[in-house]
Amino acid sequence: MTDTTAVNKLDLSRWRRLLPVYGVYVALLVLVLFNIVYTDNFLEWSNLRIQLVQVTPVVIVALGMALVIGTEGIDLSVGSVMALGAAIIPLYLGYGPVPAIVLALVGGLVIGLVNGGLVAFVGLQPIVATLAMLVAGRGIALVLSSGRYKDIHDQNFIEIGTGQFFYVPYTVWIAAALAVVVGFVVRRTVFGRRLLAIGDNRPAAVLAGVPVRRVLVTVYVISAILASIAGVIQVARIGSADASRIGLLIELSAITAVVVGGTPLTGGKVRVLGTVAGALLMQLLTATMIANNLRDSTAQMVQAVIILVAVYAARERRTR
Amino acid sequence: MSLLEVTGVSKQFPGVRALDDVSFTLNAGEVHALVGENGAGKSTLIKVLTGVYRPDGGEVRYQGEPVSFGGPLDAQAAGISTIYQEVNLVPLMSVARNLFLTREPRNRLGLVDVARMNREAAEILSGYGITSDVRRPLGLMPLGAQQMVALARAVMVDAKVVVMDEPTSSLEPREVETLFGVIHRLHERGVGIIYVSHRLDELYRICDSVTILRDGKLVHAGKLADLERVQLVSHMLGRPVSAERSFTSFAGEHDAAGGQPVLRATDLNSRHHLAGVSFEVRPGEVVGLGGLLGAGRSETIKAVAGALPLDSGTVEVGGRPLRRPTPVSALKAGIAVQPEDRKAEGIALGLSVRENIALAILPRLATAGVVSERKIDEIVDTFMKRLRIKASSPHQRVGDLSGGNQQKVLLARLLATGPKVLLLDEPTRGIDVGAKAEVQALIDELASEGLGVVLVSSDAEELIEGSDRVVVLRDGAVVGMLRGEEVTTEHLMNVIAVASS
Repeated sequence: MTDTTAVNKLDLSRWRRLLPVYGVYVALLVLVLFNIVYTDNFLEWSNLRIQLVQVTPVVIVALGMALVIGTEGIDLSVGSVMALGAAIIPLYLGYGPVPAIVLALVGGLVIGLVNGGLVAFVGLQPIVATLAMLVAGRGIALVLSSGRYKDIHDQNFIEIGTGQFFYVPYTVWIAAALAVVVGFVVRRTVFGRRLLAIGDNRPAAVLAGVPVRRVLVTVYVISAILASIAGVIQVARIGSADASRIGLLIELSAITAVVVGGTPLTGGKVRVLGTVAGALLMQLLTATMIANNLRDSTAQMVQAVIILVAVYAARERRTR
Repeated sequence: MSLLEVTGVSKQFPGVRALDDVSFTLNAGEVHALVGENGAGKSTLIKVLTGVYRPDGGEVRYQGEPVSFGGPLDAQAAGISTIYQEVNLVPLMSVARNLFLTREPRNRLGLVDVARMNREAAEILSGYGITSDVRRPLGLMPLGAQQMVALARAVMVDAKVVVMDEPTSSLEPREVETLFGVIHRLHERGVGIIYVSHRLDELYRICDSVTILRDGKLVHAGKLADLERVQLVSHMLGRPVSAERSFTSFAGEHDAAGGQPVLRATDLNSRHHLAGVSFEVRPGEVVGLGGLLGAGRSETIKAVAGALPLDSGTVEVGGRPLRRPTPVSALKAGIAVQPEDRKAEGIALGLSVRENIALAILPRLATAGVVSERKIDEIVDTFMKRLRIKASSPHQRVGDLSGGNQQKVLLARLLATGPKVLLLDEPTRGIDVGAKAEVQALIDELASEGLGVVLVSSDAEELIEGSDRVVVLRDGAVVGMLRGEEVTTEHLMNVIAVASS
């Protein structure tokens, strides 16, 4: 009798350990299987491609968000940074796509430096610092674009958003490549290790001689640059730049993807593949609901449940 | 009739049998020592007694009746109070508030009678040697004073049993005396006290009987006076004492005659913390920093390590000045620091043993920012062997290790940086006897290899045994220096006492 309860408890604690790590993959698998059975034409390549293209911006933004959350921070300004990137593109597209893209990324860099500076040097809480940039960033974007919606006619630029390679759109390739790079950075670089140490125990990282401020600034810069890449891609795909709409509320989708992917908000851990899977899961969930004639509001409620389950599962036993 | 009696209690956790058929008896008016190395099952037993855990088997009888507490509140209501090693109070609330938390005196309107609460709190606490303003937030008081408040709070409820888990680990000698005074009063009132401590001197001073646990099993129970220290230690360690003879003492004096100081701190000033602290450390020398709590020992260490902003003063390593020291530049110059609070400032509990050891030297283990797993493995392997770190693998979470092993992981990180100067703030706090001996031996060995060591310890014996010289601090200033023959506990006490008057 005692033996069986002991075994049950063992299983339970194992579940608690494994759920945050693998839960997202299991959920994704279940959802895919459900769709294969119940959704018409789900496995058609055209359908899968649409899903991938739609999830791309969220994935790219979420990669940066995952790094920020790994330092026990948060970046609310990503949507505004996307808008800023989108606003810059039509202004400089006359000089060709490359200068326009570079300048859009510089815009992200500047916002990232401000975010990082406010967090690392001024000592503001990340949520406050990046909230300020959420408001300011979109404001600047609207000023730059004079609040107008602009069509893009540069075919070379549009090609980035619409062209494909091996039947897969460039944008998806870009997101995949960025995921691989971010994964490598987290796992294999000095910067990645330091980032995790700061997230786990910042005072300890300071005393261990980790250049904490530099790492934090870098993290926010990376997040902002990834967001501006997402903004550029979005403009190239839809063929127009609308600074008042692009990237709206994407910070929430990105945070959701990160959390559902098993990265704890308490920092010290970053799950890159989980984040990608989290973004795919949320995308597929909405698509499934729509394909099966459920209302958007239902999808939102299901998403809410998934987020709660993810956060609940990620509560870690802390030995402090 | 015994006050609290446990018979054949077992407790199983995933992978560990924390308690295995343990029995324990506490009589009224008895001070009962509960000892064992880390992981022996002391904490688990206490948690069973205080209702935090339910035992898997066995029986707990309280005042003769079998009991099963639903939780710590149940146990408290029944008269079993616990003071944990780490203070469990609300730092932002006032001292008086903390003392009366959940049993505040009320006025006629049912509101908290603040005036009465403050008055009574001041009265009660003066009996514990605390005379500061009870309206101040608890968090602003020194750790020792906080512990006294916790004690006063635990005793205030009509406690019949008081459990003290390493109550003296953050107390100064003077505060320890106050604590012993309180224990004596409780003892006379017929309260049963369970006293957990690693400090043998204390146990022999105040405890009547002893229960020794090892690996979750009961190995000895009886009168403490009948048990020699050597036997006690051998029971705890489960090995013959002779092999472990050097466990309370360092090898003694180092030959530090040769050479220039490896560390020279001159006139360190930091508002509210340090007032003109100067001292030197030569290679191969262990310099102790003595003084009471709040004397500026940890602050001195932090200042040298670049973690406390200085208003003025210079730190030189090997003759080279560090202008405006920061943790990064201090580390580069060869200063490695082990902070007082291991969990808050020392190790990253959520990361693995490996990540923790490699943290400070990542750039050296990397090419163009990409770390070499092989080089990390080599370093980690070297230090895990050298410091005998017990972990299931280098990838184990540090938070899951015992305190002693956590400390060794931290020391491994320090040593991996190849330092010239080691700053050790309470290196053996809260770790078991075996690990303590190993850490002390290691400090000794490092000094013999030519490192300069600065040692802070509130364990006077450890400080005296371990140091070649002792710099005595008070209120952030140097008030005395012990060298050679003068390095004794008596001299230290004298200097502190003279300085205080």
